[in-house]
Amino acid sequence: MADQAGSETNHLPLILVHRLPSFDLALTNILQTHFRILDPLHSSQPLDSFLTSHAQSVRALIVYALSPLTADTIRLLPSLEVVVGTSAGVDHIDISECRNRGITVTNAGDAFAEDVADCAVALLIDVLRRVSAGDRYVRSGLWRLRGEYTLGSKLGGKRVGIVGLGRIGSQVAQRLMAFGCIIAYNSRKKKSSVQYPYYAKVCDLATNSDILMVCCSLTSETHHLINKEVMKALGKEGVIVNVGRGGLVDEQELIQLLTREEIGGAGLDVFEEEPDVPGELFALDNVVLSPHKAVLTPESIEAVFQLSLANLKCFFSNEPLRSVVQQE
Amino acid sequence: MDSIGVLMPIHMNSYLEQELQKRFNVFKLWTFPNKTLFLKEHSSSIRAIVGNAAAGADAETIEALPNLEIVSSFSVGIDKVDLNKCREKGIRVTNTPDVLTDDVADLAIGLILAVLRRLCEGDRYVRSGKWKKGDYKLNTKFTGKRVGIIGMGRIGKAVAKRAEAFSCPISYYTRSEKGDLEYKYYPSVVELASNCDILVVACPLIEETRHIINREVIDALGQKGVLINIGRGPHVDEPELVKALVEGRLGGAGLDVYENEPEVPEELFGLENVVLLPHVGSGTVETRTAMADLVINNLEAHFLKKPLLTPVV
Repeated sequence: MADQAGSETNHLPLILVHRLPSFDLALTNILQTHFRILDPLHSSQPLDSFLTSHAQSVRALIVYALSPLTADTIRLLPSLEVVVGTSAGVDHIDISECRNRGITVTNAGDAFAEDVADCAVALLIDVLRRVSAGDRYVRSGLWRLRGEYTLGSKLGGKRVGIVGLGRIGSQVAQRLMAFGCIIAYNSRKKKSSVQYPYYAKVCDLATNSDILMVCCSLTSETHHLINKEVMKALGKEGVIVNVGRGGLVDEQELIQLLTREEIGGAGLDVFEEEPDVPGELFALDNVVLSPHKAVLTPESIEAVFQLSLANLKCFFSNEPLRSVVQQE
Repeated sequence: MDSIGVLMPIHMNSYLEQELQKRFNVFKLWTFPNKTLFLKEHSSSIRAIVGNAAAGADAETIEALPNLEIVSSFSVGIDKVDLNKCREKGIRVTNTPDVLTDDVADLAIGLILAVLRRLCEGDRYVRSGKWKKGDYKLNTKFTGKRVGIIGMGRIGKAVAKRAEAFSCPISYYTRSEKGDLEYKYYPSVVELASNCDILVVACPLIEETRHIINREVIDALGQKGVLINIGRGPHVDEPELVKALVEGRLGGAGLDVYENEPEVPEELFGLENVVLLPHVGSGTVETRTAMADLVINNLEAHFLKKPLLTPVV
């Protein structure tokens, strides 16, 4: 723990840490050699009164992982200028409050893109080729007993629709091209720099795809972007992979369609009410469930630590920040 | 052609059986209780065998069928066919290359990702309700890892192409260096294993490649290394692999094939760093259909005295 009042570190800039108690302190260990750390969880005082009495001059705040940062909390910090996020999506941060106050928000930038893209491809191959289900089949001794195993579905030649062609979506596309997939995408705006066919409506993309890879960020406009209509358009053999956020997909509708076999399968790293996962999914062999760990590799975590540190250093030395979230 | 006798030693694929029965007089060996009696009665009418990776045509079977002309295998590997015996007797042999290359390569990447990113373990974790208790484990990044490939035929090259899309440096071992490849070549499997993070077995099973993955190779791959076998079970010295995994001398393994299928060493069932598949390398509806069509087209070509599509012998 940093010595908050120590004379040797007194000249260091002050930063406020916003985290859930469960999040480990490896990041604090890195930050405390460069900053004075103010961590409300080190105090027995309730958060609101702690911030009112100790954080009035704080200009920079760092959010660990997905700890929710509400407008109410932001309002208690009158000097706040920057919120450094450590995740790819920043839907847990009240962006509109930050925008109103002119507070800059940064995210994990490129640090997670490769791992999330890898995870998306992993989930897709798993669903199509029944990898996790096959592993269950072998481990339970059923192969020896029954012999034949249900055939999977070929990846090559499949039409893959990418929802959100940002850093992650682009990396997913690049990987799937090598598997002989045919790529198209949907995003808010057509991107002039890419050659893949663009669909302005997700529903049209779904109609023309065998697979939907959900890679966009969660905002009020993208909440339940993948609704019943989109899933119906994708069709009986269709597969949905979600590595974005749970809220992007209407989970209840997805479960209905999966159990009625009106959609082919799903690979899910994210859920609407994590860590609660609807029990109906547990009985299905055509789904692969992953505990929101698309970015949990040591390499990614180290990269995001270094990026967060760089963003904070840039802020205090008046240099341009590395990964600013564009607020529209 | 419906008088031509075709022997199927085991059940393989319903579409294949159906299509064969439309054209030939098919004998399904597994439906006859007594093999000796069956051979006595029908051996002279059998002119073709359709086998696969599990059951082909050994010397004994070939000797027992005096009018056998062709073995058309529903697989790319023909290690279950006695090729020398076939050559000696002028029996033709075909396999199903190309049509299954993509599927096997896709599965190799799927196994790598499943092992490194702990996919099956994660799925078990969520399904068992343990996630609610909240702890999490890190997994390993795939992008950028060094991938070593044993065998640079169609499948090896297809694995390399896919791994390159994940920015993986590729190296390989084959008997002799391939001049047309830019990948780094190692003249021995041990050197390859010492210089990669993930080792993929993608060569055919022949006498020289049996147990090509032995203890020395496994130890060269090491504690953080991952072995992927999409070739054949006997490529790997299985008891040594099991020992290395149990003792933590090898980082992990993704296996689609085993030495005595469908028997899988039970010591592996409790390990989280292995992914075990029931030999499904070519197991997609699309590819099995294409393989069946190729088997039938080879048989038809043979009996119409036309050139074979994919001859081995």
